[in-house]
Amino acid sequence: MQRRHFLATLAAAPLAGFAGRLFAAPASSPCFLLVFLRGGYDCANLLVPYASDFYYASRPNIAIARPDSLAGGALRLDSDWALAPAVREALEPLYAKKQIAFVPFAGTPNLSRSHFETQDDIEHGLPENVHADRSGFLARLSGTLNGTAAPIAFTSSLPLSFQGGGDVPNISLARVGKAAFDARQSAVLAGMYKDTALAQPVAEGLALRQQVAGEFADEMMKASRGAVNAYGFTQQAPRIAQMMRNKYRLGFIDVGGWDTHVGEGGAQGALANNLGNLARGLAAFATAMGEDWKDTTVAVVSEFGRTFRENGNRGTDHGHGSVYWVLGGGIAGGRVAGEQVKLTQSTLLQNRDFPVLNDYRGLLGGVFARLWGLNAAQLERVFPQTRPEDLRLV
Amino acid sequence: MSRTISCRIRHVSATAAIVFATMARATPAPNHTDVLWLDRITYGVNSSSLAAFEQMGRRDYLDAQLAARDERLPQAVQAQIDAMPISHQTMADDIAKLVAARDKLKTIDDTKAKVEERKALRKQGIALAVQTQERELLRAVYSPAQLKEQMVWFWLNHFNVFDRKGPEAWLDADYVENAIRPHALGNFRDLVMATLTHPAMLVYLDNARNAAKQHNENYARELMELHTLGVNAGYTQNDVQEMVRILTGVGVALNPRTPRLRANQQALLIRHDGFEFNPARHDFGDKVLLGHSIHGSGFDEVRQAVDLLVAQPACAHFISTELATYFVADNPPAALVDAMTETFQRTHGDIRSVLRTMFDAPEFADSLGKKFKDPMHYLVSSLRLAYDGREVPDPRRLVVWLNSQGEGEFGHQTPDGYPLVASAWDSSGQMSARFELARVIGAGDVHLFDGVAMPSVPQLSGPVFAQAIKPWLSEPTLIALNQAQSPLEWNTYLLAAPESNYR
Repeated sequence: MQRRHFLATLAAAPLAGFAGRLFAAPASSPCFLLVFLRGGYDCANLLVPYASDFYYASRPNIAIARPDSLAGGALRLDSDWALAPAVREALEPLYAKKQIAFVPFAGTPNLSRSHFETQDDIEHGLPENVHADRSGFLARLSGTLNGTAAPIAFTSSLPLSFQGGGDVPNISLARVGKAAFDARQSAVLAGMYKDTALAQPVAEGLALRQQVAGEFADEMMKASRGAVNAYGFTQQAPRIAQMMRNKYRLGFIDVGGWDTHVGEGGAQGALANNLGNLARGLAAFATAMGEDWKDTTVAVVSEFGRTFRENGNRGTDHGHGSVYWVLGGGIAGGRVAGEQVKLTQSTLLQNRDFPVLNDYRGLLGGVFARLWGLNAAQLERVFPQTRPEDLRLV
Repeated sequence: MSRTISCRIRHVSATAAIVFATMARATPAPNHTDVLWLDRITYGVNSSSLAAFEQMGRRDYLDAQLAARDERLPQAVQAQIDAMPISHQTMADDIAKLVAARDKLKTIDDTKAKVEERKALRKQGIALAVQTQERELLRAVYSPAQLKEQMVWFWLNHFNVFDRKGPEAWLDADYVENAIRPHALGNFRDLVMATLTHPAMLVYLDNARNAAKQHNENYARELMELHTLGVNAGYTQNDVQEMVRILTGVGVALNPRTPRLRANQQALLIRHDGFEFNPARHDFGDKVLLGHSIHGSGFDEVRQAVDLLVAQPACAHFISTELATYFVADNPPAALVDAMTETFQRTHGDIRSVLRTMFDAPEFADSLGKKFKDPMHYLVSSLRLAYDGREVPDPRRLVVWLNSQGEGEFGHQTPDGYPLVASAWDSSGQMSARFELARVIGAGDVHLFDGVAMPSVPQLSGPVFAQAIKPWLSEPTLIALNQAQSPLEWNTYLLAAPESNYR
C-alpha cells in the first residue's frame, strides 16, 4: 500500500509535466527579458540632457559634463542627449550596431512618488479603475502566449509582475550549488503537497533546483549573500543568458541600489558605479545569448525618475518620468525614441520632475505586439485599456 | 579561535539539561484548536508553552502573553546572551569608538593603511550587527513572552532599518533595545516618537541630513506613507513637503561637539542618546499639515505633527490592517479590521487593546492553521521543536539560516520592511530553499563543531510531536514520514510538511 503510494507520487503529474516543459523552448522564437531597477534610478545622469543649460544650473555638484569637453567623457547621441561616461565602454558598441535605444520621459501616471506603490503599479500594469484582477502583466503576457514562451524569474522570490497567472518558476542565480535532494527525496517531498495549493510550486522548485545544479555544475560559484545588487547582476547576466538560451523565453530580473538621496556622484561615484555594472552585465548578456541575441529583446525599467535638481545632500529625491532602455540583437535602435520635450523649468512636472510622455504600458505593449504579433484582444488582456505605442523599435 | 568557542559551548551544554526542566502537566491535553491557537499566539508550540497553556488555560495564557509577564530566558541561553559584547556596552560607547576610529582614519595618509583601517572598522560593525541578530533570534526562540517577541519583530519590520547603511550597525542594538522593545505592547504614539528620536532611524532615512537650507524628504515621506497613515491616505505632496520642513534640524549627535548656537536658540537645543534637535538647522516658519496650522516653534512642532498623524482615522486603520495581516490573514476581513480600528481610536493607539480585540474576534478563530509562515516564523517554530529543552550550540547559525531564506533581521534595504503575505514567500524557488533549511535543521549540530565529532540529530519525534502534532497530521504527510530512510530524513520531511509551514 505504502509502496504503491510512493510510486504514484513519483509519477505525479506536476513533476513530470514540469520537467517536460523545461525543454520545450522553440528555436528562434522571440525572447524577452525585463530588467527592473528598483529604487528609482536617476535617469538624468544616465541620459544626459547636455543641451539644457537648466540641467547644469540645477545640478551644480553632480551634473555630467558636456560630451565635447573631454576624451573619455559622455558619448554624444544626438543634439539633445549624451550617454554617461560610466556606461560608455559597455554600451557604445551596442549603440553603434543599433542594438540599444533609450526612451526618455517614460513611466507611469502614478504620482505617489512612493517606491512601493509605483513598483506595484508598474508590475500590475493595470489602469487605475481595474481592481478585480491583481495579477502581474508578465503573468498575463505568459498566459496570452499560451505556453509558447516559457517564463522564469531569476529572483529568489516571485516578483509581482509574474504573480497571479498560474505557476511561474523562480530561482536566483546569485548562488548556484549542488541540489540538496535526489529524485527519490524530491518525490517524497512533493508527495506531501500533492493535494495542496502549493503542489505546483513545490514540485517545480525541486525540479528546477536539480536542473540548475546540472546546468552550472562546472561553475559552482561561491555563495553571495542577500539581494542582488548591480555588481551581482554583472556576474549573473551570463548565467541568465545560458538559462534563457536553452529553455526560457520570458524572463525577469531585478537590480537594487538606485535610491540615491545622498552623495550620488556625477561622472564618477555611487550611481556611476551601479550604472557601469548594469551596462557591463547587459553587454555580457548580449554576448552570452550568442545566436539567440538576434531574437532577444531586453527592456530596462524603473519605477520613477528623480528630481531634476540635486537636493541639499548632492543626491536627488523621488521624481516622476524616467528613461527606459530597449536592447536587442534585432532592434532598430541607435537612437533616442519616443515623445520628447525641451527641458526647461516650465516643462518640468510640478517644477521638479521629468514629465511622463511615454506611458510604459503603451510602450511595452507596442513591443510585445510586434514581438509576438499580438492582436488587439490579446493586448487588451496584457495591458487593459491601453493603446500600444509603436516606436518601431522591434 | 574556533576552539575557544566550541569549548565554551560544550561547557554550556553540560548545564542545559538542568535548566530546561519541563513543567508537570495539570489538565487534560489540548485539542487541535488549542494547539493551532497556541501556534499562532506563540512562534510555535514547544514543551514549555504547552505546559504553561495546560496550566493556565486560554484566557490566562493570553493575559500573561499580552502583559509579557515572564521574559526569563533559560539560564543557558541567557548565558549565551550575557557573553556577547553588545550586552555590556552602551550605544554611547559604540558611538564613541566609531567616532574615534573615524577621526583616526582622517589622520592616516597611507592609502593601504587607510584601506586596512577601514576594513577593520567595517568588521567591527558587522560583529555588532551579527550579535544583535543573534540576540533577537535567541529571544524569539526561547523567551516565554512569545507574543511580545513577535510584536518586537513586527515593529522592527514596520519601522525598518538596514544594518549595512553608514553607521547603522553601531546603532541597531540600541534601536531594538530602547526604541522598539519598551513599546512593543505599549502605545503606538510612543513607538513613533521613540523611532523618530533614534539615530538609527534618522540615519537610515536620511533625516539627519534634513535642514532648513537643504531639504531631504526621505524620512518625512516614509513617516507618513509607511509608519503612520499608509499610502493614498489623503495626504498630498504638499503635506509631505510641510512635514519635511517640520522635521528640519531633527538629527543625530554622533560626535561630542555641541553645535554653536545663537543665544536665543540655545534653550531649544535637544541632545541625548545620540539624538539631536539643532535649532540652527530648523525652519522656524509656520506650517500647514493635513489642513492644520502648526506654529513654527522648534521640536514641539514634531510632537504636534506626530499627534496629528496618529490621531488620523487613516492611521488607526492602517496599523490595524498591518497587524491583522501579520496575525490573521493575507487579506484580513474588513469587519475584523474595523473592530481593531475602533479599539485603536478609542484607546488612542493602545497596542495591547488592539491585539486583544483581534484575538477575541471570531475571524481570528476562523483563521487558525491557515496563515502561511514567513521565513522568520518558519525558522523559529522549527527551532522551538528541534531545540526544545536545549540551547542551540552556535547562535550564529540562526542568523545564517534566516538570511538563507531572504528575511534576515536588519537586512531589508528598503523602508517598507518584509512583506507579510504568503505570495511573497511561497514561490517555487522559496519552497525548495525552505526544504533545504528543513534538512539543515533536521541534521542537527554535526557541522557546528570544528573537528569535534558531535553528531546529534535532533529528536523531533518526542513528546511534543506525540501530543500536539502527530494526531492531526494529514495522510500524505504520514506516508512521507514512513518513507524516511534515516532520522535525518524523517526530521526533514516533518519540518518540510505542509503542517509545519502554516500556523
